Amino acid sequence: MNIPDSFLPPRIDRWPARLDLLQSASGLILGLFMWLHMLFVSSILLGNHAMWTVARFFEGYFFFGYPLPWLVSAFVALIFALFATHAWLALRKFPTHWRQHMAYMRHMRAMRHEDTFLWFVQVLTGFAMFFLAPVHLYLMMAHPELIGPYESADRVWSGRMWPLYLVLLFLVELHGGVGLYRLAVKWGDFKDAIAARRKLKRLKWGLTVFFLVLGLATLAAYVKIGMEHAPHVGERYQPAAFLLPSSKDFSDAGSGGGGLNPPQPPFDKGGSRRVEGMS
Amino acid sequence: MTASRTLTFHVFRHNPRDSGGEPGVREYQVEETPGMTLFIALTRIREEHDPGLSFDFVCRAGVCGSCAMLINGRPGLACRTLTSELPGTISLFPLPGFELIADLSVNTGKWMRAMSERLQAWVHLGSEVNPNQIEAAMDPDLAEAVYELDRCIECGCCVAACGTALMRPDFVGAVGMNKLARFRLDPRDDRSDAEYYQLIGDDSGIFGCMSLLGCQDVCPKELSLQTQIAFMRRAMARQGL
Repeated sequence: MNIPDSFLPPRIDRWPARLDLLQSASGLILGLFMWLHMLFVSSILLGNHAMWTVARFFEGYFFFGYPLPWLVSAFVALIFALFATHAWLALRKFPTHWRQHMAYMRHMRAMRHEDTFLWFVQVLTGFAMFFLAPVHLYLMMAHPELIGPYESADRVWSGRMWPLYLVLLFLVELHGGVGLYRLAVKWGDFKDAIAARRKLKRLKWGLTVFFLVLGLATLAAYVKIGMEHAPHVGERYQPAAFLLPSSKDFSDAGSGGGGLNPPQPPFDKGGSRRVEGMS
Repeated sequence: MTASRTLTFHVFRHNPRDSGGEPGVREYQVEETPGMTLFIALTRIREEHDPGLSFDFVCRAGVCGSCAMLINGRPGLACRTLTSELPGTISLFPLPGFELIADLSVNTGKWMRAMSERLQAWVHLGSEVNPNQIEAAMDPDLAEAVYELDRCIECGCCVAACGTALMRPDFVGAVGMNKLARFRLDPRDDRSDAEYYQLIGDDSGIFGCMSLLGCQDVCPKELSLQTQIAFMRRAMARQGL
């Protein structure tokens, strides 16, 4: 007779350790990625062409000679999965009962302790990101080819995404900054833990302020471009150096149309076709 | 010399054994004297205003850990807190997270005993001790390191300062993790990391700690709790790999 052993406890349950490691690792990757993401997005401050170059770089344009937007989709899907995993793991720490919530609130008010307060900030910002981050992630996954100086600016202004991005900026920078600091004090092996923590806290706030200022300047730049570009919303950015014949030019030439064509993107909407003359 | 202040104390009063008694706060005025600690002020209140006021003390020198309480919202030892370091209005509450005996007195002993039994916080010898043999020598630096962690007086401040412990009463707290870090360091304790993992390798142990570090910031003995918790976390996380 088979004796069911499914209710016997495992000899040693390694999963709590793995889940803790996974929560920290996913947070670390997401936090560092968000800082890099901000640096890439802020390339708009260096001009339209700089941003266009960064966007096409991640589509493999400069490796293959033509853009592969699905590379961006795949990467966003990966980030989405990591985000969902991190959120699911972090949920374990949330106050789930009213009694727990009240105990923490009372404690936080009485203690007036920065790290205790910052954890609650992380809970609030994390909770808000459950709902707001997927909007952006899905858009990027569905339309990776629409990442560009005009395309993004149109989305920010004419697409009315700027309020979402403004809120997300604060959520991400606060949550990520506190999270990375907490990772350091959680796992770090410091000779002088008190001095290290003080330095880490200063660094954390410094980086948070830097990325918030950079983020606000970047968002303002997109809003400005978006407002100016509003009459031509939907028109994509075409860098001057890349004014190349598109498929439309060839079809016009074939039908004897000739004439001056307006600049076209060097790839079709799907973005997966090789561009003529770019090999 | 500055003029002495009249301190206003708001003290929590409640005895759960008084049937029908409601928890409340009573106000007392005490003239501040030079070098006055909260312990001295509480003794004055009991002598001059309210002989029924309950609070614990034994050593009056920060050694026994009995007089821990919430001082203006933060855990601390009454005997080690000078009133001169505090504003003119001082609120005193019993430590949260522990069973209330009465007023400012809580049963930390009951909590600490349960935690110690749960974590088996004693030296586990692999072989029987031969009392006729000379004890194996311990490296002085190691002995010093073990002693450093042994300075914990189980006052309960780290538990009362921990948001995790207050939300989740089964959490072992910094005091528990510090204890296991101490035994892990001790060469006489023969337990392996796998065995320590069985004791604290879950969300009520080391992986439940959210690194709020209230424990580190209020410990009256200034123990390196952040370092000890990180040390145990790394050791226990290796068990998951």
